[in-house]
Amino acid sequence: MSTAVRQPTAARTDRKPATMGQALRRALRDALADDPAVHVLGEDVGTLGGVFRVTDGLAAEFGADRCADTPLAEAGILGTAVGMAMYGLRPVVEMQFDAFAYPGFEQLVSHVSRMRNRTRGRLPMPMTVRIPYGGGIGGVEHHSDSSEAYYLATPGLHVVTPATVADSYGLLRAAIASDDPVVFLEPKRLYWSKADWDPEEPDAVPGIGRAVVRRRGSSATLITYGPSVPVCLEAAEAAREDGAEGWDLEVVDLRTLSPFDEETVAASVRRTGRAVVVHESPGFAGPGGEIAARITERCFHHLEAPVLRVAGFDIPYPPPMLERHHLPGVDRVLDAVARLQWESGFTSGGRGGAEGRGGGAL
Amino acid sequence: MTVLEQPGTYAPAPPPSWRPRTEAAPLLPEAEPYRVLGTRTAEREGGEQTGPDAGLLRRLYAAVVQGRRFNEQATALTRQGRLAVYPSSRGQEACQVAAALALRAEDWLFPSYRDTLAAVARGLDPVEVLSLLRGDWHHGYDSPGTRVAPLCTPLATQLPHAVGLAHAARLKGDQVAALALVGDGGTSEGDFHEALNFAAVWQAPAVFLVQNNGFAISVPLAKQTAAPSLAHKAVGYGVPGRLVDGNDAVAVHEVLTEALDRARSGGGPTLVEAVTYRLEAHTNADDATRYRADGEVEAWRAHDPVTLLERELRDRGLLDEETVREAEEAAERQAAELRERMHQDPQPDPMELFAHVYAEPTPQLREQAAQLRAELAAEHEAAAAARPAGNPAAGEETR
Ligand SMILES: Cc1ncc(C[n+]2csc(CCOP(=O)(O)OP(=O)(O)O)c2C)c(N)n1
Ligand SMILES: [Mg+2]
Repeated sequence: MSTAVRQPTAARTDRKPATMGQALRRALRDALADDPAVHVLGEDVGTLGGVFRVTDGLAAEFGADRCADTPLAEAGILGTAVGMAMYGLRPVVEMQFDAFAYPGFEQLVSHVSRMRNRTRGRLPMPMTVRIPYGGGIGGVEHHSDSSEAYYLATPGLHVVTPATVADSYGLLRAAIASDDPVVFLEPKRLYWSKADWDPEEPDAVPGIGRAVVRRRGSSATLITYGPSVPVCLEAAEAAREDGAEGWDLEVVDLRTLSPFDEETVAASVRRTGRAVVVHESPGFAGPGGEIAARITERCFHHLEAPVLRVAGFDIPYPPPMLERHHLPGVDRVLDAVARLQWESGFTSGGRGGAEGRGGGAL
Repeated sequence: MTVLEQPGTYAPAPPPSWRPRTEAAPLLPEAEPYRVLGTRTAEREGGEQTGPDAGLLRRLYAAVVQGRRFNEQATALTRQGRLAVYPSSRGQEACQVAAALALRAEDWLFPSYRDTLAAVARGLDPVEVLSLLRGDWHHGYDSPGTRVAPLCTPLATQLPHAVGLAHAARLKGDQVAALALVGDGGTSEGDFHEALNFAAVWQAPAVFLVQNNGFAISVPLAKQTAAPSLAHKAVGYGVPGRLVDGNDAVAVHEVLTEALDRARSGGGPTLVEAVTYRLEAHTNADDATRYRADGEVEAWRAHDPVTLLERELRDRGLLDEETVREAEEAAERQAAELRERMHQDPQPDPMELFAHVYAEPTPQLREQAAQLRAELAAEHEAAAAARPAGNPAAGEETR
């Protein structure tokens, strides 16, 4: 499976491509340079530059106070970040892996998310919590969780997750600049994805809360985010190339899960009449349920078929040797598209007689 | 009446008030790490043979030599793609082995991800212990049967489990102790502190062994704590702290044996800090040159747990070439067997993903299992169709 993300701009050959990790690093660097209130803190973020090297060189450039190795305690990191924010700083916290953010859950849910509300706006929490998340990297237990549903279920937190190099830079800058707390989920397996991107002239990215149509299409809309964006783009190509179905799939990259960009999603679904939501996180009570419900509420009379979900199974994340069976891949996405009741014949571009499932695309 | 006019303002606070619940002094750890190896020379020169029991020395020696070889073999398996990752305990073999040998059969061990060797030294099947790091499942051995809890990755979270188990054993009247292992970095997590406090309040038969190997990935101890030592952390909870040379297998064994005996006989918990060193990078995926100098590593090589034991045995006249060869051959045999078994491809069953989530799979899980079964059948069919008839081997390559 390819994890390369198609960039909208045509590739220029005179520059070295940048990785998502490098763009994130550059965003932190520029934020530190632009605003003395910005402080980076976390485990191994100093000398080592983070286990994914996203903070590489920041301690050397800005000093240990601006990019600090903390003691090993996530509750402590988030709790002290609350205090720093109360005193006017703008903490950018790194959690080492998705599942290792859980000890900090109490601080995040009981304080970070509600401080603005309970103080009637007197104590905002301009804090960014960066969390590498998701699977597909062969990580052993506790290194591959998709934990977004927990954060989405917490009012007061913004939840942002980039899928491209350019968005990584733009969205992280926007997250750090936000006066509200942002859980910034970085899709681990896209850290090394590359694109033509100029750090000196970063592409303009609209701020938090704006989805984007990554690929135009007319048959159905794939709604996705983070690590599943490349999967959906690949599925859209396969559907087109395949010829037999000839589906022309639209792909919406949500980029921000909360606040949810209903406008972009609804406009797309109204145009195509069919939708599949795709994510790695378990399906039961996962983000797809919320998104499907919203689409149904807003686009009911435009829908040709029920909104379907392709998600991770409702199981603890599997061990490395079995993860390929869990992760939503191109085939599962296409299987779902095949079940969008094309036989009803309301729209052009459908095919007849696709019944049930059964791994047809295989 | 203002507070100034109140009579008796200066009377001492009535009871119940502050009083020392426990004397602090007896809880304090030793000023220098406790050592045994190489410390009894003077007494020996006086004529009498003192010092650790010869049988124990030989057993520790054989186990440490095997342990070193095991670490080397496991690291090699990462290079051959047979392990997803290996956090080596090279340099910490004395702690690993002494922890395993200090336990009685009825005791429990609570290891972390770095303590594969401790479980192996306790007699568990190495391939089963490596399941987590091989990635065929999250956990490979029978925990209740072996009395070894699953290797634990979220730092320090295994410590309250050890306390709870020890407490339960005490409630049942069983003479069972729990030994929990944690790293220096793990002592910063809240669970470490909560576990110590529970253990102390409940007087649970739990022993905590902190392997202070100097680093939490890249973060040196100086950035982790400002305490006089990690063993001192015990005192605040009313728990005795012990400081021991973690590369001295005999000293670690002795301190742990004492602590476990005390725990089993109702004397309560102990916190042991073993001062050791992580000779390898954090894992095979880490690059230690980014944060530490080679000189530091070299200095610790001179205080190697294997050589320390070897020297003691030689000084005591307990080590002949025969013993050395036997230990090395045993280690080599174990490594060769491990290598061979790890080179077979495990065939984890994808359908097992749904089998253990609940005692009974939910209706949703049954549905998802059916979906995966259908996909696998289709995959299988497609593979069979791609294979030219009568030539399965060629088809295998085209997949
Ligand atoms: C709660 C939690 N946070 C972060 C991590 C990531 N992590 C794995 S090992 C490690 C360092 C642990 O250092 P230490 O406790 O000294 O043990 P050592 O690895 O040195 O044996 C870190 C930060 C984790 N496993 N769990
Ligand atoms: Mg350590």
